Amino acid sequence: MQGAAVSVTDLACRRGDRVLFRRLSLRLAAGEALQIAGHNGIGKSSLLRIVAGLAPAFAGSVEVNGTIGLIDERHALDPVQPLGKALAFWQHIDGAADNELARLGLSDLLDVPVRYLSTGQKKRAALARLIGQKASVWLLDEPLNGLDVHAVELTETLVAEHCAAGGIALVASHQPFALPGMGRLALAEYAA
Amino acid sequence: MSRRVMALLRRDLTRLLLGGRGGGAVLPVLFFLSVAMLYPFAVGPDAPLLARTGGGVIWVAALLAAILPLDRLVEPDIEMGMFDQWALRGITEELVIAVRVLAHWLSFGPPLMLAALPAAALLGLDGNTLRIVEIGLLAGTPGLAALGVTVAALTAGLRGGAALSGLLVIPMAVPILIFGAGSLGMGGESGLALTGAASLVLLAIAPFAGGAAARAARG
Repeated sequence: MQGAAVSVTDLACRRGDRVLFRRLSLRLAAGEALQIAGHNGIGKSSLLRIVAGLAPAFAGSVEVNGTIGLIDERHALDPVQPLGKALAFWQHIDGAADNELARLGLSDLLDVPVRYLSTGQKKRAALARLIGQKASVWLLDEPLNGLDVHAVELTETLVAEHCAAGGIALVASHQPFALPGMGRLALAEYAA
Repeated sequence: MSRRVMALLRRDLTRLLLGGRGGGAVLPVLFFLSVAMLYPFAVGPDAPLLARTGGGVIWVAALLAAILPLDRLVEPDIEMGMFDQWALRGITEELVIAVRVLAHWLSFGPPLMLAALPAAALLGLDGNTLRIVEIGLLAGTPGLAALGVTVAALTAGLRGGAALSGLLVIPMAVPILIFGAGSLGMGGESGLALTGAASLVLLAIAPFAGGAAARAARG
């Protein structure tokens, strides 16, 4: 994770006919975390997708040094497969790693098909997938949605540990995200 | 890389061959066999007529059976974000689609070739006709698989995509059908060769056309 960096310069994002935000610049070095705040539809998810390279920028440039891991509302786990097998697929793709299943409270759910899991359980499963990926830049889109108090704390702790190990976290959330030293970017200031 | 390809292939085969809720390879095979079974009922027990037209019926049934699983080939993966996660890991859409063509073929090509044996018996085909049908299916079904995955990627995310993909595949599969079924008549070996050629063209195009379509649908 050494030398991870994210640099966004003069970014503009367009969805359909509407420009969502423009002239957005940010710079994150290893160990830094940033919360992107703003109301629904302001372009938080779009910003993360552009940084991830999954959507094109309307203007400006994005440079990411390091591997990218993403969590959004689509958890990328086969709904008919038992959780253990759905996660095992990603382990085969990413290489075997500790998914911290016990810590995420998933150890007892490995036999349960993913479609029977609750929203919060799926979210924790997606976190397990993210941890196994060992990416240096975490992009988290509303990571706290559907999580109980305990799981919210756990997520915050995991992000803190990730940053302490030299990783970068970009968290798009309309909820408060408790993380010491975390920057905050109000996307409304860049609204076009 | 090969570890990732194996993981992709294993997942695709679990989904397409064994099936889960979609029924896997069982549904196309049952569909194929029911056509072969219904055809003699419809045209009557005229053995020479059945033997003469049976090979063509097998081809039409195979083509229609290949259309059945189209809606679960690409769309579910785009919907649940699999393509996003693969892209982040540097696994290109082209590779995913190429692996999927292989998995799709394995899940309906060989099963249909096996099911062609009882179907040939139901239609009263002779040994030589059956041999040409089997070789033709071996040459033609990879092309049908490539076409199916490409069209599934093109229609992913569209409303009514499943019905549309069926309609799109049928005209584009006509060359394979003409050459494949034609090899039963006067064409013979050259018909089989042309079936194989049409298949190879489709196989060569599929990863790029399907990959680009999946990337656009992911958007």
